Amino acid sequence: MNGEQPRDVEPDEDATFVRPFIITGGRSEPLQADLRLETLVVAVGVPDPSLTFERRHIVAVCEQPTTVAEVAHRVGVPLGVAKVLISDLVVAGQLACRQPAELPLPMLERIRDHVRAL
Amino acid sequence: MSGRSDKIVPLAVKIVVSGGLGVGKTTFIGAISEIEPLDTEAAITEVSVGVDSLVGVEAKTTTTVALDFGRITLDPTIALYLFGTPGQDRFSFLWDDLVEGALGTVVLVDTRRIEDCFPAVDYFESQGAPFVLAVNRFDGADRFDVDEVREALGLGADVPVLECDARNRDSVRDVLGALMDRVIGVRAAPRRRTAALTR
Repeated sequence: MNGEQPRDVEPDEDATFVRPFIITGGRSEPLQADLRLETLVVAVGVPDPSLTFERRHIVAVCEQPTTVAEVAHRVGVPLGVAKVLISDLVVAGQLACRQPAELPLPMLERIRDHVRAL
Repeated sequence: MSGRSDKIVPLAVKIVVSGGLGVGKTTFIGAISEIEPLDTEAAITEVSVGVDSLVGVEAKTTTTVALDFGRITLDPTIALYLFGTPGQDRFSFLWDDLVEGALGTVVLVDTRRIEDCFPAVDYFESQGAPFVLAVNRFDGADRFDVDEVREALGLGADVPVLECDARNRDSVRDVLGALMDRVIGVRAAPRRRTAALTR
């Protein structure tokens, strides 16, 4: 076991609990519908200093390409909230996301060979 | 603005691990993941007393109430993620989100409660998504021949059924390898499948 990335927040701070709909401004649907759990998102350019707390945190986490699921975990927000915030940031040009198309057969074989060699 | 193209963006692919409550999905993921399966488990005594049936798996004290996942770096450019579906039937509406874009699915089975895997098998068959059935060996459970399990579930001869030990890394690796063989087999013969579906 290595490479574990700890949560960046303390999850047990009841006093600081913020309702998820406050963070997203009451929205539950992301602007982009095609974000998957494993979609990689990465920060682009210089972070906008006016970003609010969670959004700034997400951009910082995405300094390296990071999956949507890992962003939710590390920022400590529910997955649905993470999707809304990430899609906002993609639309605002703060993040870029890459969604692989259907993988070609040689790539599947490469993955299979790597798995067999684990 | 720079940096959009000069960062190496790796490929992230996912495999879904499904099956009934307490069948060993989190154990399976933890056996091979390079990170601890992320801590989305809550004590079952707190969240689901009287809600979730645990007949036959009385020793289980925690269960997955949100999704959990593990990661395997296959090479510097490919990361494989394993996502476990929530064990309880009442969370099955989350499956669409989990399954979209997945390479394939491992359905874990406990032969003491074989019926628990019915919803998962039904779901992945109806999606036409590639899956393998992995019979998790539990201490004290009767052993069944994999062909008996296949027959009990009415699975086609083309769906791989294999035994595994979800605690054992090599065993988990072999299941994932069998799934990738299945994924490649389904992909290599797409025309036949499409023709069968449109008939």
